[in-house]
Amino acid sequence: MNGVHDMGGMQCMGPIVYEKSEPVFHERWEGRMEALYRAMGVWRKWNMDASRHERNLIPPAEYLRNTYYESSLEQVSGLLVKRGVVTREEIESGVPAPGATKVLPALRADGVMPLLARGTVSSREVQSIPSFKVGQQVRARNINPATHTRLPRYARGKVGGIVRDHGVFVFPDTNAHYLGEKPQHVYSVRFSARELWGDQAAAKDSVYLDMWDDYLEPA
Amino acid sequence: MTTTRRDFLTAAVTAAGAAVTPEIAHSGSTHDHDHQVVPSDPTLRVKALESLLVEKGLVDPAALDVLVDAFEHKLGPRNGARVVARAWVNAAFKERLLRDATAAIAELGFASHQGERIVALENTSKVHNLIVCTLCSCYPWPLLGLPPRWYKSAPYRSRAVIDPRGVVREFGLALPEDTEVRVWDSTSEVRYIVLPQRPAGSEKLGEEELAALVTRDAMVGVANVSLSPEKSAT
Repeated sequence: MNGVHDMGGMQCMGPIVYEKSEPVFHERWEGRMEALYRAMGVWRKWNMDASRHERNLIPPAEYLRNTYYESSLEQVSGLLVKRGVVTREEIESGVPAPGATKVLPALRADGVMPLLARGTVSSREVQSIPSFKVGQQVRARNINPATHTRLPRYARGKVGGIVRDHGVFVFPDTNAHYLGEKPQHVYSVRFSARELWGDQAAAKDSVYLDMWDDYLEPA
Repeated sequence: MTTTRRDFLTAAVTAAGAAVTPEIAHSGSTHDHDHQVVPSDPTLRVKALESLLVEKGLVDPAALDVLVDAFEHKLGPRNGARVVARAWVNAAFKERLLRDATAAIAELGFASHQGERIVALENTSKVHNLIVCTLCSCYPWPLLGLPPRWYKSAPYRSRAVIDPRGVVREFGLALPEDTEVRVWDSTSEVRYIVLPQRPAGSEKLGEEELAALVTRDAMVGVANVSLSPEKSAT
C-alpha cells in the first residue's frame, strides 16, 4: 500500500528532535500499551505482518500526528476487533458484553521472560530455491499493491547488487493478509545512493535494503 | 453522536478504575467537578482496554508488570555495549561477530524478541554505517532496548536514506567527504547493529571500561564513541 508510512526519501518532516536521557516510556500508559500488545500476541490471532499492516491503515493525518504508542492503541484495537477477540462496543465501554465468555490468560507472569528469550521467529527451515545469488545485479520490481508490502517506493524500479543471502523467511505481502507464509529467500541488496537519488548524492554512498525473492528480477 | 466524549471518558474510567486503579475510579466518580485533573485521553483508553482484556481473561496484569519491567530494566543498550567492547578486545570474537552476529551475540546470552537474525556492521576510517527503518521502527531490541522517539519519528525515518550526512550532522557528527556512507533500511526481520570505531587513546582500558563508553547512538550510527561520552547509553 502506497501509504504515508512508506516515507523513505521525503524531506518535509522537519528537524529531528533529540531528547537527552530519554526514559523508556514517557508515561505509564505507554508501558502498559506495549505490554498489552506483547501479551495479546501470544494468542496468535494475528501475525507480525498483519499487525504492521494494521498500523499502516491509520489515516495519514492521524499517523503523522500520533505519538508511537497512540498509534499502538489504534493498531491493537483494530486487530482485536477485526480478529473477533473483542467487539468495538466492548473497547468503547471498557467492559465485556453481557454473557461474554471468559478464558484463562495465555501469558502468565512466569512465562514472560521465556517468551522474550524465544522471540518471534519468521525464518523458516524449508527448502526454497533462491532465484538470485550473491554478486548478481537485480532490479527491484515496480509494483504498487494496494495491500501490504515491505518494498519501499523509493527502491522500486532501481538496480542494485546482491551482497548477502539471509536465508528463507515468511513473505509479508501474503502473510499480512492471512494468505499463507510463502517462505522465500531474503537478500541484502546494495543500491548506490546515485541510483536512488541522482547526482545530488555522494558518489560512494549507498543504501542497503532487505528484499524478498518476489521483489526482484534480473537486471 | 449518541455518546459524548465525556460519557465515554466516564464509562471508560469507571470500568478501568474498578479493576485497575482506585484513584482513577475516584476521579471518574466525581466527573462533574471541574477542578478535577482529568488524565489524558490515552491514559483512560489504555486503562479501559487493559481492564476489558483482564475481565475477559485474555491478559494477566502480573504478566504486564513483568513485561514493563523487562522493557524498562532488562533490555537496553548496555547489552549492545558489552558486545561492542568484547569485539574491541577480542579479535576472534570480532571476526565471528562480523561473520555471523546472531551466533556470536548468543555467546553472550543476548538473543530474543526482535533479534532473531542480527548483522553487525563495522565502522572504519573509510566506512560509516547508519541504521534506519523507513517503513516502521524495526530496531535490535535485545541489544539496544526499545528505540528512542527520534528513531521512530518521521523526520529521521524519511531523511536517513536520502540525506544520511545531513541527518548525522544534526546529531553533531560531521563525516569527512571521502568517507563512504552505508545506510541500512531494516525492511525485513534482519536487525542491524553498528560496531563503532574504538576511540583513539583507549588502548589501556579494559573491556568493562570500554563498554561504559559505548552509547546507543553510536550503535545506530548517529554518533562516534569518544573517551568522554556526553550521552551515555543508559
